[in-house]
Amino acid sequence: MKILVGYKRVVDYNVRVQVKPDGSGVVTDGVKLSANPFDDIALEEALRLREKGIATEVIVATIAPADAQAHLRNGLAMGANRAIHVVTPNAVQPLTAARALLKLIEKEQPHIVILGKQAIDDDCNQTGQMLAALWNRPQATFASAVEIAGDKAKVTREVDAGLETIEVDLPAVITTDLRLNEPRFIKLPDIMKAKSKPLETIDFASLGVESGDFLKTTTYAPPAKRSKGVMVKDAAELVAALKTKGLL
Amino acid sequence: MAKILIIAEHLNGKLNASTARCVTCAKDMKAKSIDVIVLSDNPTAVAAEAAKIDGVSKVLTVSNAANAHPLAAIYAPQIVDVARNGYTHVLAPSTTFGKDVAPRVAALLGVAQVSDIMKVEDAHTFQRPIYAGNAIITVEAPADKTLVATVRTASYAAAGSGGNAPVETVNVSVELPTHTRFIELSGAKSDRPDLQGASRVVSGGRGVGSAENFAVIFKLADKIGAAVGASRAAVDAGYVPSDLQVGQTGKIIAPELYMAIGISGAIQHLTGIKDAGTIVAINKDGEAPIFEVADFGLVGDLFKIIPELEQALS
Repeated sequence: MKILVGYKRVVDYNVRVQVKPDGSGVVTDGVKLSANPFDDIALEEALRLREKGIATEVIVATIAPADAQAHLRNGLAMGANRAIHVVTPNAVQPLTAARALLKLIEKEQPHIVILGKQAIDDDCNQTGQMLAALWNRPQATFASAVEIAGDKAKVTREVDAGLETIEVDLPAVITTDLRLNEPRFIKLPDIMKAKSKPLETIDFASLGVESGDFLKTTTYAPPAKRSKGVMVKDAAELVAALKTKGLL
Repeated sequence: MAKILIIAEHLNGKLNASTARCVTCAKDMKAKSIDVIVLSDNPTAVAAEAAKIDGVSKVLTVSNAANAHPLAAIYAPQIVDVARNGYTHVLAPSTTFGKDVAPRVAALLGVAQVSDIMKVEDAHTFQRPIYAGNAIITVEAPADKTLVATVRTASYAAAGSGGNAPVETVNVSVELPTHTRFIELSGAKSDRPDLQGASRVVSGGRGVGSAENFAVIFKLADKIGAAVGASRAAVDAGYVPSDLQVGQTGKIIAPELYMAIGISGAIQHLTGIKDAGTIVAINKDGEAPIFEVADFGLVGDLFKIIPELEQALS
């Protein structure tokens, strides 16, 4: 069984993103880039399925500029068997990403595709669902537990009402939520080993994907700030203040 | 003029309040009509509730045993079939339900989706948050394509309930997949208000210290009729289940009163509460970032302050 993992490079989650003063974007020069945390969870889940003997091969794929090879090497160092780099200088929107990933699916015929539920840069939370729709296959989004049995997956999903369990026929798309697992750390010898693992580059244009980049971002702005309030000295003063505002 | 279709969210025969919040957002688009679609195995009660929302033009019901549970793969083709009847916009709440189904609808229609609309500038121009709310972008969608979007429910109050819209049954003839099956939903059932829609929320963080200690948070919440929430740190530490998590990766809420107790105020938590009316912070660390956003701050030991609060409330 083959697993394809979407592995996006984003601004590291520890970076406090700043909007450029002219509103043309966010500051990314010199900012640390890392794997999208949800994608690390996706890769970890795939590796665990391989370690359990359920999967035989784990492929990490990204759609990114040419300088993202080191990012894919990290995925290989974490344990993926091989990597696919769809090279494009432009950021692609979710529909385009889903269409490109579908091309990789057609080529690789994976049984499971695991993606992060959202990328922490654009926060769209769309690509997995769109991919499943275009592929005409099941989607199990926001997964917190995955059990594979034969040609079916039982997936527990983190939904607002609690935990929902669904069963899907494979092949299927699974998107990961935070609590699915804790990704392993990369060890130094694995970084060395990753250098010799196969990394295929594919020019985005050669995939023949029709662009779905229909949205135009016109301005970037910092969020409105909440003004700092007052400090109260004790519980009685707090209750009195809240009662005055009609909140209690 | 915009002709808007809103996908109703419902559970156990009750309409979720997020639907009425979507209606408020739709009104900002100066729509010609706002229809609500209810997919269910038994849509009658939910449709009746939706018909009462102010501003709704009509309610469409799609009754099918396959719609008993909100499975995106099953709902999406039916929504697409209805949306093709001249709708310019398809909206869903930015809840786990809406986030699951809307992109599937968009992809089937071959259009883009705008996630988490927080402000409408016109029917095709919106503001939405990126980078966990650290930046707000304005996006323009093409006017010649159906627009699929999710609505950041915390940014919109629920529309009123004085309406009386007609309810129509819609026959949808699309083949539904059988590859996705619902097994179960295990929710933390409680008599407390629902976290997403509550007007008051009391949340505990790592400072609460243990699952047992969380009893003080629940007790205070019950005293003021509040829902209970928690920070990611408290959830990760196993004090409470994950459905109580408030923040960028949990629930984004906008109660009138939010009390953050023993919560330091990590950015990802603050993202989930920044639309709250009044924020109260109680923390023993006076330097905690939560105090930067709190309307009222109180520095001290929560285990001493909470009983004092309860006493002051009695």
